[in-house]
Amino acid sequence: MIAWLKGLRGPKRPGFRITKVRLAAQTFFFLLFLFFVIITDLRYLKGYPVSLFLELDPLVGFATAATTGTIYKGLILCLLLLVPTLFLGRFFCNWICPYGTLHQLIGWLFGRKDEVTRIDSNRFRKLQGLKYVFLVMMIVMAFFGSLQIGLLDPICLFHRSMSTAVLPALNEIFPDTFYVKQAYHVGAWAIGFLLLFFVVMNVYVPRFFCRVVCPLGAFLGVASRFSLWRIERDPNTCIDCDACLANCQGACDPHTQLRKSECFVCMECIEDCPVDALSFQFMPNRKHEIAAPPVTGRRVAMASVLGAAGYAMARSAGASDKNFSKKVIRPPGSLKEDEFLERCIKCDQCIRACPTNVLQPTLMEAGLEGIWTPILNMKIGYCELNCTMCGQVCPTGAIQRISIEEKTGMGRHAERGPVKLGTAFYDRGRCLPWAMETPCVVCEEVCPTSPKSIFSREVTITKRDGNPITLRQPYVDPSRCIGCGICEHECPVKDHAAIRVTAIGETRSTERSLLMDGGDPTSVLELVKKKR
Amino acid sequence: MATNRDEIDPDPKGMSRREFVQQALITGSVTLGSIGLAAKLWQRHHVVPGFEEKQGISLPSYRVDGSKVLPDLSVAHSLDRVTAIRAAVDNLGGMDRFIRKGDVVLIKPNIAFDRPPALAATTHPDALRVVAQMALEAGAKEVMVADNPINSPAGCFLKSGLEAVADELNLGLLYPESSAFESIQMEGEILRHWPFFHRPFQKADKVIGLAPCKDHNLCHASMTMKNWYGLLGGRRNQFHQHIHSIISDFALMIQPTLVILDGMDVLMSNGPTGGRLSDVKRVNTVVAGTDMVAIDSYGFTRLLERDVEKLEYLHKAHRRGLGTMDWKDLKLKEVEA
Repeated sequence: MIAWLKGLRGPKRPGFRITKVRLAAQTFFFLLFLFFVIITDLRYLKGYPVSLFLELDPLVGFATAATTGTIYKGLILCLLLLVPTLFLGRFFCNWICPYGTLHQLIGWLFGRKDEVTRIDSNRFRKLQGLKYVFLVMMIVMAFFGSLQIGLLDPICLFHRSMSTAVLPALNEIFPDTFYVKQAYHVGAWAIGFLLLFFVVMNVYVPRFFCRVVCPLGAFLGVASRFSLWRIERDPNTCIDCDACLANCQGACDPHTQLRKSECFVCMECIEDCPVDALSFQFMPNRKHEIAAPPVTGRRVAMASVLGAAGYAMARSAGASDKNFSKKVIRPPGSLKEDEFLERCIKCDQCIRACPTNVLQPTLMEAGLEGIWTPILNMKIGYCELNCTMCGQVCPTGAIQRISIEEKTGMGRHAERGPVKLGTAFYDRGRCLPWAMETPCVVCEEVCPTSPKSIFSREVTITKRDGNPITLRQPYVDPSRCIGCGICEHECPVKDHAAIRVTAIGETRSTERSLLMDGGDPTSVLELVKKKR
Repeated sequence: MATNRDEIDPDPKGMSRREFVQQALITGSVTLGSIGLAAKLWQRHHVVPGFEEKQGISLPSYRVDGSKVLPDLSVAHSLDRVTAIRAAVDNLGGMDRFIRKGDVVLIKPNIAFDRPPALAATTHPDALRVVAQMALEAGAKEVMVADNPINSPAGCFLKSGLEAVADELNLGLLYPESSAFESIQMEGEILRHWPFFHRPFQKADKVIGLAPCKDHNLCHASMTMKNWYGLLGGRRNQFHQHIHSIISDFALMIQPTLVILDGMDVLMSNGPTGGRLSDVKRVNTVVAGTDMVAIDSYGFTRLLERDVEKLEYLHKAHRRGLGTMDWKDLKLKEVEA
């Protein structure tokens, strides 16, 4: 035990290499991540915990606790990562993180090969302090109630990229691999290009994202300050050859005072040391380390001001309040907009899980704060009545995990009625029976509520050629309409449907309701009496 | 190769015992702290957004004990507004009947629109002045004025003359700031939870409603009951879907100390905004009392000269026992001042 506590030394036992164990773990978690991404599909999803990586993410747990004062359901699992980090350091970055593994793989495939260049490229850079600036900005915004960590959190970023950009792109090249019908994602090129940018940067700066940008890495870097184990160099044995830098992933200066916050615990240095001067030690000499993250108090203060200003300026544009967009139709079970912004991490798991492809990442519709959060686009899909997939995979509860009964207002939820996403409105000038003497009412046919929210009245009109025609003209009953958008999706006036759903009437917010108490005073009165 | 090698401690041994204990304590407490905090904040159940159980405040009654001798309803006719208002309140037993020494009094005028006083779309500044003066004369410690107008508050308060009167008498003028609202809860016909302009009520001991008498495009008349509309916030534009139920719910929401209907200049048409002097008729009457339903019933019949059978909200309030439409049955005192 004592010998073990003393530390793991380098290649003592022939055959056993700790880096091989690490590679096996990395491969396992990378494949597990891809497995979860691919099976997040109604055909395959059989209760697998597909949002597990997001739930394990301590930054997601911490930041949502900052915005809401709660830790939603599975997010409690983030302790499984946070606690070991407090003892072992940032091991997550090089043992588990699938996005880190991607960058390591790319660097290995396309990076520089000669050792001298690699040693130089793996020295600590001051630029690595930048990720702490991002982290502080995002945490400050979180305490104000705006959750922006998902923009750069590697798990959110990787999930989002896979769901909206990579899988649809692969399916374009290899049709029918991931989807029954090609999935489309509005503005996904921007998400895809960001992924490609970070991937390509590995060629110039190895693990650029992990070292310089990653706010989760920065969060774990702060946590690793408390770690009891770390890489330790015996300065009496060290011959100052710098070979330990050849494969160093974190650029944490193992050849001198170790920068604890930057070390990924990849253990490459231990194996690269020709004289066994490096080991993974329990409570080593404090003078051999730099425990604090490479960011000054003044930078932290600047980042805090930037975060507060960024929050206030974005929020005061009014997109989440008075100037809300009619296009911001949120998935069923979504919290009201300000609470939604406290929880949505833009991981876009809902978009991946959505079987109709109706969920789309926003660009500016929901304001700057809402970028890449999910909204419904009825041109592409519609909200399936008996489906709550988005809420089932949402790790943070931005979309609450409501049941079908709660969504449709059935059974014991009948009294308060269904969850409404918005309300459908006719554009009579574009509607075939209203404007073009042509029978249609597909909208009424597909309307899934019972009784139907769309009804029609039979009229006989005299056509242009003088002959009479009897057809049905449709209407919306706003007290019944749930805003699912299937009417808009199926309307034959494809480019700009003759019936369109807008966000007004959504039940998640009283500020955006259309009818007071559902619009039928007699039924409301009966309900009130029943309650009494 | 330029490397940055600092002079470092050559001692390869681990931490001192002191450092060891310190480090173990710090790491241990951070670990236990994170686990404890996470366990405390853990939210195990979901909600259905928009359908959560709602909580809200409710208002106490601001009425004073009824009198067996003094009239409940008072009507005063005069060519002068100040004289008429004073006479109407004096008929009821004077302001001393309603205000005790040291009371904090809230006056709720109707300043819904950015209109000059002459158009009779808002409470007249002379009416506000005299009512505030009477409250102060009766010993009120402080008089507050508050309203949540339809038009922009600053413009309404300035151009209706409200602000000038508040400055002149040093009244507390409360703007409807976002933080001044709290959810109110009641068992109304329609109104059950709604954002309410609560800040003035945190201090007020007595509440006086001071309403102009106006035509209204949808609900036929805006008088003392409809005046309380200005205490609510949120999506008030939805009230029009059930306007009569809502106005009758106001009589449940608040039981004011005194209400005064200023019928000196009555807005007879194009209400509730008016806009032309020809919409205004000189009627030279002020009605005061404690029963809003009776006062509005009188106002609709005698001031607006319309058929009270058509004013549905009065019937609703009457049926629910929130007041009586039969003002003739009350102890009524009418004077020419």
